[in-house]
Amino acid sequence: MAVIDETQAGLLHQTGEGHQEMRPRSELSAKELLREVGAVLRMSEAEAAQYAAGTGDNEYHDDQTMIINMGPQHPSTHGVLRLMLELQGETVLRCKPIIGYLHTGMEKTGETLTYMQGGTNVTRMDYVSPLNNELVFSLAVEKLLGIDGDIPERAVWMRMLLSELNRMSSHLLFMATNGMDLGAVSMMLYGWREREEVLRFFQKVTGLRMNHNFIRPGGLAADLPAGWRDDVLAILDMLPPRLAEYDVLMTGQPIWRDRLQGVGVITAQEAMALGATGPILRSTGLAWDLRRDIPYLRYDEVEFDVIVGTYGDCFDRFAIRLNEIRESMKIVRQVLDRMPSGDYRIQNKKVTPPPRARIDESMEALIHHFKIFTEGFKVPEGEVYVAIESPRGEIGCYIASDGSAKPYRMHVRAPSFVNIQTLPHMMRNCLVADAVAIISSVDPVLGEVDR
Amino acid sequence: MSNTPAPEAATDTLPSAEPAPTLHGHPLTDSFGQSVVHVARSSYVALIKQLADDGYVMAIDLCGVDYLTHPGRALPEGFVPERFEVVVNLLDIEHRRRLRVRVQIPADDATCPTLFDLHPGTEAMEREAYDMFGISFANHPDPTRILMPEDWDGHPLRKDYEVGVIPVQFSADYVQNAPRAEETSAWQ
Repeated sequence: MAVIDETQAGLLHQTGEGHQEMRPRSELSAKELLREVGAVLRMSEAEAAQYAAGTGDNEYHDDQTMIINMGPQHPSTHGVLRLMLELQGETVLRCKPIIGYLHTGMEKTGETLTYMQGGTNVTRMDYVSPLNNELVFSLAVEKLLGIDGDIPERAVWMRMLLSELNRMSSHLLFMATNGMDLGAVSMMLYGWREREEVLRFFQKVTGLRMNHNFIRPGGLAADLPAGWRDDVLAILDMLPPRLAEYDVLMTGQPIWRDRLQGVGVITAQEAMALGATGPILRSTGLAWDLRRDIPYLRYDEVEFDVIVGTYGDCFDRFAIRLNEIRESMKIVRQVLDRMPSGDYRIQNKKVTPPPRARIDESMEALIHHFKIFTEGFKVPEGEVYVAIESPRGEIGCYIASDGSAKPYRMHVRAPSFVNIQTLPHMMRNCLVADAVAIISSVDPVLGEVDR
Repeated sequence: MSNTPAPEAATDTLPSAEPAPTLHGHPLTDSFGQSVVHVARSSYVALIKQLADDGYVMAIDLCGVDYLTHPGRALPEGFVPERFEVVVNLLDIEHRRRLRVRVQIPADDATCPTLFDLHPGTEAMEREAYDMFGISFANHPDPTRILMPEDWDGHPLRKDYEVGVIPVQFSADYVQNAPRAEETSAWQ
């Protein structure tokens, strides 16, 4: 469809305000160019003036540079991230992420699903840590319902258990992909292998390896199966020697360090200005973890450390995630010790369907079950924003309710969506090979970026 | 786009006995235990600037809402519910607190000043709000669509956006018209 007829051209004029792609330097004004290279954050006024005048750092012309596409099908872009890079030789001068290739309108879908069904939708956003998505959605709905303080203790601790195990599996996947992107291909197999053990546990508990829809408004879908404690202990016993292997294979290895140290540096000021959260923000030395700083569930009752970096480079982000696996294991052990007995969901007839056995003996229970699953439950009018710490940073859920059984507006603040804004700043004047390391260290999940 | 919500729907949710709480002169309300400040579009950027000086250093989230089919919502006195709303969630790292800012955006003039100069991290979020709701952000450095293709028609998260009208390329028609017979004979 290379030919654009007149109606299409008119449409383009009406609806788009311009092209999304990166444009060559000759078409840009000095101001636009300054913004694209991140001058707002990086340059002093004198440097910016020099740059705008076309001297100093900006003495390139179109014929000296080349704009190339990296992605959307590049294996190191973790899905369908497309970066347009302006290169001079092997140096990246500018970078622009272009997203939307995985956009499926999940926020729109969320408006057509009841609060009961909503979990199936949000769990597919960040498909590497689905339980955290379900958790933030459930917490938001519970806050609107006013039952956030009445969730049974066992449900709360089960949520913590699953959330931490999911953090471990997500970071293990990061270890795998980070290794693969940098050429440590055997690491890819190890990372997937360890993650598989956690997914097998999820399958046993929730019935599915991913997209569980297990954490629901009011509690969880089911209780933990018999023998769950042994399975968790097996994971906890299996991991430490494997993590020690990772240290041998990666952390202490000179090639690995050379590839990551000093690459993709970002400061705390820049990270905060760009809204980056999670390991990116912590790698700059700023200890900000919602689990500790604005606690939810019972994170204020467990002992764990917030891992921070010093230099804000790719190595710090790698090391933070590796050590966060260890911290999550610490939390999981405490959850095992403290897991209370009791109900796994709130016994509030408004949100909780009757037990399966009751449906066979009671007409009212059948009607109740039918009503909850066809109409859903009504949620009071209002709006609420709830945020938790996902493996990638702050995941937030903003729900505006009009008092019906479906969210009037359901918005998810996806950490990856915001975090990839740091790419142009980290990549400026780096090498193409380092660009791969930088994308990998941001650990974006494109399902969540595009939603 | 056409029907402006009824202004009488604006009700004061606060008890009238004590003076309504304000923040920098803007009404402060409580939504399920969370602080929400309502601000007029004209003083929106100035307020965010003051709040940034107060410690709200991160604009953690920005999204649009289209209240077309739900016009009657509670807003503090002096605020007329408009069709669109821009909701900004701010985070204060030092004092560990959050604040939500809500701005009413009328349908016939769906523009809003950009926060880019204060919080560069809102760039992608404002592009998303433009893409999904058609709220233009004045002086935004890159006011293009972000999630939808650049030649897309309409703004999908608007309540009057029709869903399911995009023709599917591989429909039954398409299959029928495809040169099937020759292909199958060639295989035989």
